[in-house]
Amino acid sequence: MYLTKEEERILHGELGEGTQKALELLVAIGDAYDAEKMIPISRAHAASSGQEGDLHFVELLANGGAHCKVPTSTNPVYDLEYFGNLFEIPKDEGEVARRVMEAYKRVGAILSWSCTPYMAENIPLYGETVAFSESSATPYVNSVIGARTNREAAQSALASGVIGKTPKYGLHIKENRKGTRLVNVKVALKDEFDYTLLGYYLGKRIGYGIPVLVGISRRPNMEELINFCAMSNTSGAISMFYMPGFTVEASSIEEAFQGDITKDKITVTDEELKQTYEELQTTSGKIDFIMLGCPHYTLRQVEEVARLLNGKKIHDGVSFWVCTSATTKLLAERIGYVDIIEKAGGHVVVDTCIDEPCWIAYKDKVGMTDSPKCAYYRRFKEAIVSRLQDCTEAAVKGRWG
Amino acid sequence: MKSLEIALKCHKIIGGYGEGEALVSHEPICFYLTDPKTGIVRERSHELAGKNLANKVLVFPSGKASSVVQIDGLFKLASNNIAPKAMIVKDVETVLIVSAFIAKVPLVDRLEMDPFEVIRTDDFVKVDAEKGIVKITKPVS
Repeated sequence: MYLTKEEERILHGELGEGTQKALELLVAIGDAYDAEKMIPISRAHAASSGQEGDLHFVELLANGGAHCKVPTSTNPVYDLEYFGNLFEIPKDEGEVARRVMEAYKRVGAILSWSCTPYMAENIPLYGETVAFSESSATPYVNSVIGARTNREAAQSALASGVIGKTPKYGLHIKENRKGTRLVNVKVALKDEFDYTLLGYYLGKRIGYGIPVLVGISRRPNMEELINFCAMSNTSGAISMFYMPGFTVEASSIEEAFQGDITKDKITVTDEELKQTYEELQTTSGKIDFIMLGCPHYTLRQVEEVARLLNGKKIHDGVSFWVCTSATTKLLAERIGYVDIIEKAGGHVVVDTCIDEPCWIAYKDKVGMTDSPKCAYYRRFKEAIVSRLQDCTEAAVKGRWG
Repeated sequence: MKSLEIALKCHKIIGGYGEGEALVSHEPICFYLTDPKTGIVRERSHELAGKNLANKVLVFPSGKASSVVQIDGLFKLASNNIAPKAMIVKDVETVLIVSAFIAKVPLVDRLEMDPFEVIRTDDFVKVDAEKGIVKITKPVS
């Protein structure tokens, strides 16, 4: 790979060990993909996780004096004080989380602790070159916003944030952004949950590639697109997709395929969505908790929870959690949604995610969620997946089915 | 016993040198689904289920699973000094590169010959990623 004089100096450690390690990683990735050179990025999102591998790398950079050169936001970890008061967090796990959060601060990241930074804390514009890890963020940024990112790991995104560059490969090259599969959607998608099922099904069915979805009759809203992104990039590795007419980068099918329309076509009907739903019904009966906000709920989704729970009382045997960003919670508090949810017996919690060790208390419990991604990464015995209104009903009754 | 040594050029991704007995997997590998204390593959339906990848030269098509679990999985093996000594793959992706970088495991691809044709489990393999050479010692009957 071609390296500039400045990049050579960084690789030789002249600007400190932190930036040296960051660039070493980017060069290894660039070499692997035969990238010709590094290109500048305008922002990054590191899918920090509060786990040991993540801790090792961010401390390597922070201890080596590295500092983010472009805005670099962070994914959920968890508030030790908040959860420490509720549950018994194993000491070593808690220590990992504390050190991760401290190291991201030292390295100069935007401490968003949010998995949907493209909503508020770190928003790319159309055409920007960025490095965004996190399952919903990568496809959302590529497809809905029309910025350009590869499917990054937390560490490669952080390294890019520190250097301000990424190797030029993959989705940074226009020809690699053309559609690979035509998906004929022959089902009227009613709501967010239908998009959840569609994304989960499609990721499993095609694995990877760039699907071009046609036949969608109504303009999808933001929450529907977020869910589609998160689920298709969890059950599969879908970094980008097109919905010509609704996503920004191509206005027609021809344009999405860059003139090279594939014969490789699949059709999704009501039957596939029904079957996907059935597979998620792993159990029924008494439930111990409800977990919402995977990905982090938007303000509109928190409002919907408040509307569904207004004047109701959550069953004594059920813990009810809504995960969101600190930014969204601030507004939800101001407007009064949080108050309604808390009066019903629920909690709105920030900075965390279902895939964190803070939920250890539910290890042997049965819960319910509206997110297959949440169920996939579950740290509990069982998680049934259904629509939000099914979750709130089950929360009041204390059981499902 | 007689043996035969084959030297093949390869493409360095993560540098370094590692040698050991080969362990060949035709299926992608998720390091999170191995026991971090022993290196035994726990993924029940995997062709390597029950096999131990500690200190082997691992030959496999590619990585799989989310970045968080994959990186953490290989890092934990490395912390316990039982990571593979080197890895030879066919298709690289960013997450596997990051995993090998953090765990400091030499990683190469683009062998001159198909690694699944030429390398058998238990062959002795030396991977010199820096020089871009893989040496395979095979028993000859």
